[in-house]
Amino acid sequence: MKFTLSWLKDYLETDASLEQISETLTMIGLEVEAITDPAAALSDFTVAEVISAEPHPDADKLKICLVNTGTEQVQVICGAPNARTGMKGVFAPAGAYVPGIDLTLKKAKIRGVESNGMLCSERELEISDEHSGIIDLDTDAPAGTPYAQISGLDDPVIEIAITPNRPDCLGVYGIARDLAAADLGTLKDGAVPAIAGTFDSPIAIDLKFDDADAEACPVFAGRYLRGVKNGPSPVWMQQRLKAIGLRPINALVDITNYLTFDRGRPLHVYDADKITGVIHARLGRDTDPEFTALDGKSYQPDTEACVIADDSGPPGFGGIIGGEASGSSEDTVNVLIESAYFDPVRTALTGRRFGIESDARYRFERGIDPDFVLPGLELATKLVMEICGGEPAHNVVAGTPPEANTMIDFDTSEVQRLTGAALDDVETRFILKKLGFWVTGRGSNLKVAAPGWRPDIHESACLVEEVIRIAGMDRMPCEPLSRLHAVAEPVLTGQQRRARRARRALAGRGMVEAVTWSFIPRAHARLFGGGGDDLEVVNPISSEMSSMRPSLLPGLLTAAQRNADRGFADLALFEVGQIYHGERPEDQIIAASGVRRGSAGLAGSGRHWSGAAPDVDVFDARADALGALAAAGAPADNLQISPEAPGWYHPGRSGVMRLGPKNTLAHFGELHPRALAALGVTGPLVAFEVFPDAIPAKRSKGKGAPLDLHDLQTVRRDFAFVVAEDVRAGELIRAARTADRELITDVRLFDVFTGGSLAEGQKSLAIEVTLQPRLRTLTDSEIDAVAAKVVKQVTKVTGGTLRG
Amino acid sequence: MSEIETLEAELIGAIDGAADEAALEQLRIAALGKKGSISALMKSLGGMSPDERKVMGPALNGLKTRITEAIGARKSHLAEIALDARLASEFVDVTLPTRDGPLREGRIHPISQVTEEIEAIFADMGFSVAEGPDIEDEHHNFDALNIPESHPARQMMDTFYMPERADGKRMVLRTHTSPVQIRKMENTEPPIRIIAPGRVYRCDYDQTHTPMFHQVEGLVIDKQTHMGQLKWTLEEFCKAFFEVSEVKMRFRPSHFPFTEPSAEVDIGHARVGNQIKIGEGDEWLEILGCGMVHPQVLRNVGYDPEIYQGYAFGMGIDRLAMLKYGMPDLRAFFNSDLRWLKHYGFSVLDVPSLVGGLSS
Repeated sequence: MKFTLSWLKDYLETDASLEQISETLTMIGLEVEAITDPAAALSDFTVAEVISAEPHPDADKLKICLVNTGTEQVQVICGAPNARTGMKGVFAPAGAYVPGIDLTLKKAKIRGVESNGMLCSERELEISDEHSGIIDLDTDAPAGTPYAQISGLDDPVIEIAITPNRPDCLGVYGIARDLAAADLGTLKDGAVPAIAGTFDSPIAIDLKFDDADAEACPVFAGRYLRGVKNGPSPVWMQQRLKAIGLRPINALVDITNYLTFDRGRPLHVYDADKITGVIHARLGRDTDPEFTALDGKSYQPDTEACVIADDSGPPGFGGIIGGEASGSSEDTVNVLIESAYFDPVRTALTGRRFGIESDARYRFERGIDPDFVLPGLELATKLVMEICGGEPAHNVVAGTPPEANTMIDFDTSEVQRLTGAALDDVETRFILKKLGFWVTGRGSNLKVAAPGWRPDIHESACLVEEVIRIAGMDRMPCEPLSRLHAVAEPVLTGQQRRARRARRALAGRGMVEAVTWSFIPRAHARLFGGGGDDLEVVNPISSEMSSMRPSLLPGLLTAAQRNADRGFADLALFEVGQIYHGERPEDQIIAASGVRRGSAGLAGSGRHWSGAAPDVDVFDARADALGALAAAGAPADNLQISPEAPGWYHPGRSGVMRLGPKNTLAHFGELHPRALAALGVTGPLVAFEVFPDAIPAKRSKGKGAPLDLHDLQTVRRDFAFVVAEDVRAGELIRAARTADRELITDVRLFDVFTGGSLAEGQKSLAIEVTLQPRLRTLTDSEIDAVAAKVVKQVTKVTGGTLRG
Repeated sequence: MSEIETLEAELIGAIDGAADEAALEQLRIAALGKKGSISALMKSLGGMSPDERKVMGPALNGLKTRITEAIGARKSHLAEIALDARLASEFVDVTLPTRDGPLREGRIHPISQVTEEIEAIFADMGFSVAEGPDIEDEHHNFDALNIPESHPARQMMDTFYMPERADGKRMVLRTHTSPVQIRKMENTEPPIRIIAPGRVYRCDYDQTHTPMFHQVEGLVIDKQTHMGQLKWTLEEFCKAFFEVSEVKMRFRPSHFPFTEPSAEVDIGHARVGNQIKIGEGDEWLEILGCGMVHPQVLRNVGYDPEIYQGYAFGMGIDRLAMLKYGMPDLRAFFNSDLRWLKHYGFSVLDVPSLVGGLSS
């Protein structure tokens, strides 16, 4: 909402400075967004008198002007056809910045003749599009007077942000009322005298609604005036409209626009001679023809829209936009002014459906003052008669304005209950009254009714907001919140702790955390098990951001590629974030996933004098997944690892970590070359996806088993087994471990060997088995017995043989 | 006697001249071995008279001891020389660079770090951390928060919508973290003290907006909490978060459908070059919106607004991060540019705590 200082002062009698006004506006909830002083931009431009204007010797269209600037006489070359001896114009000296041509003037020679400045057109000063000649001032002001001062362009423009609950401040009068309530001045009387009509309106008005839809337009008032003369509106009105960014059109249109901003009262003026029969409000019909609106576009009303129609069809959407056919023009002689109340919700939804933004819709959808329907009509009549003349008919009114807000029982102690501020009852009552509320009652028990211009006030809390807003939020005390526990208790849930620990563990493994978009290209989502219709955003920013991600990997992989393209080929990225398997809350789970590219392994990446880092492989990803799971509290030693990763992994170089047959805790591995190709990503690349929420909760916060230390020296024995190539090392290790649960404390696989003397399809796995004697040193025969158990168990499980 | 002295002089001379351990060993054998010169003299003791033996015995023993010591001393000396020589040859260039190791390579994203900072502060004030889904129903995201169907926010140009389902309902990507308030209140009896950090989504993508960003919601519900305590909470939070002893804040009346009274909060700051200093200067910067939970919202979750009251606030985590750590551009948060992540990211060991300080 924009207005000028002088406009505000039409309604607010005040000595306050612009700065005080601005500060107060912000502190009562009418946040000042900008203050522009057009005089500042025009400060270089002054009134000047043209002493003589002679033809340029070398150019037909140029004139050499001798100009009195008030302080000196200077020579200026001017190309305007209207430059002439004796006129007064607007002078810009050398050094001045002329906004309309975006140029800082310099002394120059034009066709050999010196020019020391410029006589300006309105377009050059960016005050209008007028450029047929230089400004021709009709003024007594002496040369040297600032142009802004004599042109009325020294009126600061204030722009404030109006929250949607304050339609009353979409008019200057409402803003003045708020400032007066905040003690910044006195509100002038805004009462509007009625103007008597002299004849009966030749145009009737009607409301044609079923009872169920009557709220769409409960009141529609009109005024017919005959014999008006349309033309440009007066300069003062044009200047105010221009100052707030509106383009003056003609007096009739300008008057409605002016009142929209002056009183927050949108109106419409019809050319009465273009109306057929009775003008009425009703809902749109399927049979309604398309009509062209004032924005030049065509609309086909639907049955939910409130239209204003005459007997020939709808000329406009009520409260949103009028029709072109019935609008006023320079030739208009008889008019009908419309002042109505349109339902905010219907107005909003209709405007939204048809995509029409207008100053009228903006106000009606927020709620205009139903009690100002008739005064608004009178005010418009007054302005039309003053500016365009004409003779008014009697008002025609269909329906009645909707009831204003209901009575609120207001206990003034509510102010303190909700804000902590202790205000005197008198002050509370005083503030409400100054805001125009109707207040009665004694002491702290009040009955309050909101005025028609405050449709946002429904209950006691609303009144508290009004009181504290005007009293000042700085009067709320700063009071400590009670402390729940002397020493703060832990507050994170198990899930939150797991996610945090997984995050720190991965960063501790040298990976860099990224935060990627929750939505990814649908094609990418499909590669990773997602991309279903239910997870497709209907109105995405772009098709690259349309599918709710089924995995963190597409985002991380493409991010890795972008970095590689920038020259950072070796990098390890991870993310801990939500993925979506459906649109229900329980379908959203947390994943901790990462990718390693190039040679970015745990120990470092790239070339190094001590040896270049090797390319990453599946075991880097396996270690990351295990590291994250262990940090998040998973029983890392008990996980079952098998090669059954989802389809986006390399089928032979990937795996799954599970606890039990159904509970998947992680996937890891190299990525499927087809998936990488489809993403446009190149390797070497490995990845993992860990699901911390799948980790079973710890049963208790117990201390765990006590430490069992033995002084007896451990015994280590090595075994090498020849097994078939498809035997998994994990099975062999588990077999060895379980051969003697009492004595064997560790089994470590230290060699994998194929070829040599081994037959095709065979491999040798070498393990070191650690025995921990508990009671006494083991004898050779006892050690041999355990060794025999190991061999027996491994042979049984793997079908292998001890290597000779 | 002179024979012994002569022998001793000879032997000492040879020992001191021995060039290495092997030569020394030969000398030891030649003197003290079974057939050694001193051993031979010792053997001659048997043929001596008791008186002679009384003199020669100690003399020979003394000789044996001195020679043994001399050999030992020379051996140590030779070992020292050998060690010095070895050390002199064992030079490496210690300026050769070593690898940084994973703890120095890894980074925590500023959003995670700042979220943990926020959680640490509010945890101390008794707030637990609540969560809710990103894909939210219109009831939790709008209706229960007193945002009617006709509200401007409920348009395709502002809110991301999911496809309409068979039952005619459609989900949205939550536009704020406020629906977590509703979920919490629907499932809990007061008192409530929570914060809810998380991702939120709006149809906006320009210099200062991203379609996804992060907010943290705060909610306190009990029988007496008012806006004065909200003021205190936010002031204390800002002091702790920005790690300054004083902050200047101002509450400006504003409007949100789900709070009443509502306010926006500005924080005083100074602009020094491109950096913003909180706690100094007299420029204002809006950092959050807040207010008392609207009575209609309380009724919507089945609370009696005559009995229960409380406040709510919401602020942008990304924005707080930018203010505290000086990142200039929001969009860079989500670009995963390694250079940015390495520069603005945090060490894994910088775990925010009130004990050790939020930032170190």
